[in-house]
Amino acid sequence: MSALWTNLRVVRALGLRSIRQTFRRPQLMAPIIIFPTLLLAIQTGGAGGAVDLPGFPPVQSFLQFMLAGAMMQSLMLAGNSGGIALAVDIEMGFTDRLFAAPISRYTIVLGRLAGTAALGLLSALWFLAIGLIFGAEIAGGVPGALLAIALVTVAAMAVGGIGAAIALRTGSASVVQGLFPLVLVVLFVSSAFFPVNLMIEPARTIAEYNPLSFIAEGVREPIIAGVDAGDTAEALLALAGIVALGLVLSARALRHRLRVG
Amino acid sequence: MTTAAIAVEGLERSFDEVLAVQGIDLEVGEGEIYGFLGPNGAGKTTTVRMLTTLLLPTGGWATVAGHDVIGEARAVRASIGVALQEAALDPLMTGRELIRLQATLQGLPGAEGRRRADALLERVDLAGAADRRVGTYSGGMQRRLDLAAALVHEPRVLFLDEPTTGLDPVSRKTIWEEVQALNDDGTTVFLTTQYLEEADRLADNVGIIDSGKIVAEGTPASLKAEIGHPHIRLQIEEGSIAAAEEVCAAIGPLLPPVDGRTVLVEVENGAADIPRVVRALDEAGIAVGSLELVHPSLDDVFVAKTGYHLEHEEEGAGDSEDPVSA
Repeated sequence: MSALWTNLRVVRALGLRSIRQTFRRPQLMAPIIIFPTLLLAIQTGGAGGAVDLPGFPPVQSFLQFMLAGAMMQSLMLAGNSGGIALAVDIEMGFTDRLFAAPISRYTIVLGRLAGTAALGLLSALWFLAIGLIFGAEIAGGVPGALLAIALVTVAAMAVGGIGAAIALRTGSASVVQGLFPLVLVVLFVSSAFFPVNLMIEPARTIAEYNPLSFIAEGVREPIIAGVDAGDTAEALLALAGIVALGLVLSARALRHRLRVG
Repeated sequence: MTTAAIAVEGLERSFDEVLAVQGIDLEVGEGEIYGFLGPNGAGKTTTVRMLTTLLLPTGGWATVAGHDVIGEARAVRASIGVALQEAALDPLMTGRELIRLQATLQGLPGAEGRRRADALLERVDLAGAADRRVGTYSGGMQRRLDLAAALVHEPRVLFLDEPTTGLDPVSRKTIWEEVQALNDDGTTVFLTTQYLEEADRLADNVGIIDSGKIVAEGTPASLKAEIGHPHIRLQIEEGSIAAAEEVCAAIGPLLPPVDGRTVLVEVENGAADIPRVVRALDEAGIAVGSLELVHPSLDDVFVAKTGYHLEHEEEGAGDSEDPVSA
């Protein structure tokens, strides 16, 4: 059996474990599905009039606009939860079992990220289903929906890479969990929940350069207007940057962990 | 001539300013059980982590199954099974899921992994609980599962880091029998423990580590023979300890006490010296609560080499004890 095939099997096995772990630990599942669903319900129920503000992008409904925000919140928290789960593995010594196996140590991180990506996929399907059930249209049709799903899946993995790096560096679930509010702050100063052009300074400038805004727009455009090559390219570039950052930080954190034990 | 399954020379590991392992040398022959004995914080786990490639040494070298632990780490990992201190199990997984995952980690094909997982669960008597979550297992069951997971790829060298710490006597005995059976099948076992009886009962050779240095090494029998004489253990009333020590010191050398009510005195003639000790204490008006003759044990070896007793002294640690009611 080739080394590549063995490593792929390991990534698959660890990814499946990661998914099972999330479903079996409600405190990991709640932030990914329940919280964003509640926030979506509250926001669409209470702030639906925002669509009438001058400068608000043309949308069929506020729910249609907010679907991308809910997916962004879900994927960010999926990445954070993945980091927490990895840190718990380190704390209870489970990662020693993995480090003591004759596999590439990067498969340990990739396995976790595969699980996080699967949760991102689930989140995208969940919120698209909710949108369709409550009357939101997907302007880009099936290709648009597929594009949004793909971007959310990859984005969950990319954010999970940052969470994994922090978990490997600190080895502490409470530290990773402590980033939860920061995740929300970074998300709120992006275009995930509100159009950038309606924000006031300094949030507006921050949101304009926040990579999450590019990803949010990449997910939103196929839903509210249709597939746009420019928005998609910008989202992919932002994702590539986050993936690269996650990979570099994870690699450094892995080396550090092996040095300090 | 035996081939070395584990060879270590000048192995060191420091953490900032602290030298946790201070240049140890050891050799474990193929098919041997090596007992690595020492108290908490002596450097046992740090040594095991270096030998299992989980921690980089800061000095010296080591080979396991013929492979260098730094330069050929992956080959080392393919040759070893590891059950670390505090069974590293995911409480949310089932026993079967865990062993199958371990089989995948070791590169076993799917069908072969499933077959071995089922066989191992049967072997460690967990077949009935295989589909329960590990979080519902008792401590003994978790240890057996951890051991089974370490065996899934039939390793040449098995590292067991304090495999019975915290277990009840029945579970401990089950693990011992399993370790012995594995060794009978030819597996080399590197066993760290703070239980003297465990090392005495299982190990072909014992290394005693204290403060990061190996202070004694040899077969349990040779180490005990090195110590020589038996000792008498006396339970004395509080308040008479100092007087009893003075009386006993005139009969033989005193050993470091295990608690505030015990006096240990080394005697040359074993049981023949008991009347002499009793008479001397009686003449001094010192009441003896109980008395027993203890033949040299690994604890005595430990005391002789380190100057203190192991933290978790167990009942029955000695080779044999002859209790005498006073």
